[in-house]
Amino acid sequence: MAIAPGSRSTPESRAWWLGQGMFYPAMIYVLAVIGLPFALAVVYAFSDIKVGSVGYHFVGLQNFKSILHSATFLRALYDSFIFTVGSQILVLVGSTLLALALEKKFRGRGLVRFLMLLPWVAPVSIGAIGWKWILDSLYSVINWVLIRIPILHLDKFNPPQWLGEPALAMASVIVVHTWRLLPFSTVILLAGLSAIPKDIPEAAEIDGAGFWRKMFQINIPMLLPILNVALLFGIVFTFTDMTVVYILTRGGPYDSTQVVPSLAFFTGVLGGDLSEGAAISLFMVPILVIVAYLMLRAANRSEIT
Amino acid sequence: MAVVETKGLTKVFKKGELGAVNDVNLTTQEGEFLVFLGPSGSGKTTLLRMIAGLETPTSGQILIGGQDVTYLSPRERRIAMVFQSYALYPHLTVYKNIAFPLKAQKVPKEQHKQKVEWASGLLGIEKLLHRKPRELSGGERQRVALARAIVREPTVFLLDEPLSNLDAKLRTSAREELEQFHARVKTTTIYVTHDQVEAMALGDRVVVLHQGEVRQIGTPKEVYDDPADTFVATFLGSPAMNLIPQERDIVGFRPEHLLPASLISPDRRVSMHFHFSHEEYLGAERILYGSLADKRFEAKDVISRLPSRVEASFAPGSIVEFAVPRNELKFFDRATEKRAAPRVVSWQ
Repeated sequence: MAIAPGSRSTPESRAWWLGQGMFYPAMIYVLAVIGLPFALAVVYAFSDIKVGSVGYHFVGLQNFKSILHSATFLRALYDSFIFTVGSQILVLVGSTLLALALEKKFRGRGLVRFLMLLPWVAPVSIGAIGWKWILDSLYSVINWVLIRIPILHLDKFNPPQWLGEPALAMASVIVVHTWRLLPFSTVILLAGLSAIPKDIPEAAEIDGAGFWRKMFQINIPMLLPILNVALLFGIVFTFTDMTVVYILTRGGPYDSTQVVPSLAFFTGVLGGDLSEGAAISLFMVPILVIVAYLMLRAANRSEIT
Repeated sequence: MAVVETKGLTKVFKKGELGAVNDVNLTTQEGEFLVFLGPSGSGKTTLLRMIAGLETPTSGQILIGGQDVTYLSPRERRIAMVFQSYALYPHLTVYKNIAFPLKAQKVPKEQHKQKVEWASGLLGIEKLLHRKPRELSGGERQRVALARAIVREPTVFLLDEPLSNLDAKLRTSAREELEQFHARVKTTTIYVTHDQVEAMALGDRVVVLHQGEVRQIGTPKEVYDDPADTFVATFLGSPAMNLIPQERDIVGFRPEHLLPASLISPDRRVSMHFHFSHEEYLGAERILYGSLADKRFEAKDVISRLPSRVEASFAPGSIVEFAVPRNELKFFDRATEKRAAPRVVSWQ
């Protein structure tokens, strides 16, 4: 007999009620915070709704056609790819090095591990505002230092404008985002490293492998599955992120750091064109689904035990 | 091939604590199969890891082939080691696993194929070369680990409990294969185990370790028949040697020597009253549990190991006359528990 949801007499039915009680709050939360906005975005993307407009008017694929013809959008898509690929390369290399270093035992390792986590733990806006000052056009600390290094021959009155020149601005945004994501990726890799049995690198040492061979032929290949996971998270977090861009450059100069999420925000929320903003943000879904699918498949294949 | 020597080798993990290995002096012989035997925590694995170079000694010296290697890295010692877990490289095929030491030691590439084929042929794993470690059974993994160790013809072989991950049946055949393997390659081998049967079966000599100290070094026959102290006496042999404390010393005898008195001629035996309690039938033999009935032995528990061909039945609770051949009594000093000179005993 199936468990009767109505009766409260048996331990089984109490367990059933407990299960429902545990499950639904989480379910409702996910639906309200992710499901509802997503559904709304889909509904908006096929309409001509603007802030303040009344009623719903279905326009089909109109919005998608229009953004595909928009140079601003294509530029943002291109910038998003540069932003994602650039920062992920830096994050992968950086976090692998950091994880390998922090895995070794040394005096003060606990403190270093804690400090390393700060960029991730601190609120993004505070970190990014700090960087805004570091990269400021007049008060940049970096420029202050660079000007005082004689061999660089920097023009004191015309130092690099970190956030004011297209190429430098993109580089700055990438570096700051890398700084933010590095701790997360490092922690994932540290967990992965500690899962590698100690005797495998030891066996490699006895077999005669030196530092580099042990690193590139044993440690890193064994880390690949977990690197893959770290990279997948990194790509999702980067491709959908607009905080760093919003605080540092607002997409400028000349849209050179405008990424898809920030464009969606500027168009849909600040510009009031809800339907086009929704269409722009929906554009990210298929791209991310394909990336996630490919990477999870690769992770399955390279699985090691 | 080379001789391994340790001089006053000591390892202390935490200052102020007792050393994991204390002042160990050992010398292997050329081509010898030396077994480190001891319970867990006896320091046998730490000792092996120091010889391998995976652990730095707190003090003392290690020599391989006369060269001081105490502070050399593992790769400079030209040794091979088989780990308890086998430590195969999970992302590499069997072929690449075996070829790894060749690549790492910069053996010319043309020789790799031939050497890998030689090593895998020696262990009968030619058909597994294209597989990954996860597709192998426990016994196959062990052979791959051995092939990887032998492929670059090391001067010394170190084996850390290589059979403990195999099931009981496979263990016996793998043990025999190891024996034949050593007979063929004749490389100096140091083998760590906590299993006294393995130690006795494989070792040319056995080093018995306890709490980081060497208790006895000798051939399997020496450590079994002439244990240096009560620890060696009870650690080797199953069931353990019976130990009867006396006023001045401890008298020990092995369960297989405690037999019904009628089986031993009267002029050779020392008799005692065995208070029989229960028995286990093990096929080839029976294990009899009981105690010594005489009051002055304080009903000390003793075990007798009787071959099944001896037909005798005992009623639980009955007192039977048992005896031990006089020359099979071992004496230990009561205070130091070290071996002592034999004396005449008459317990009747």
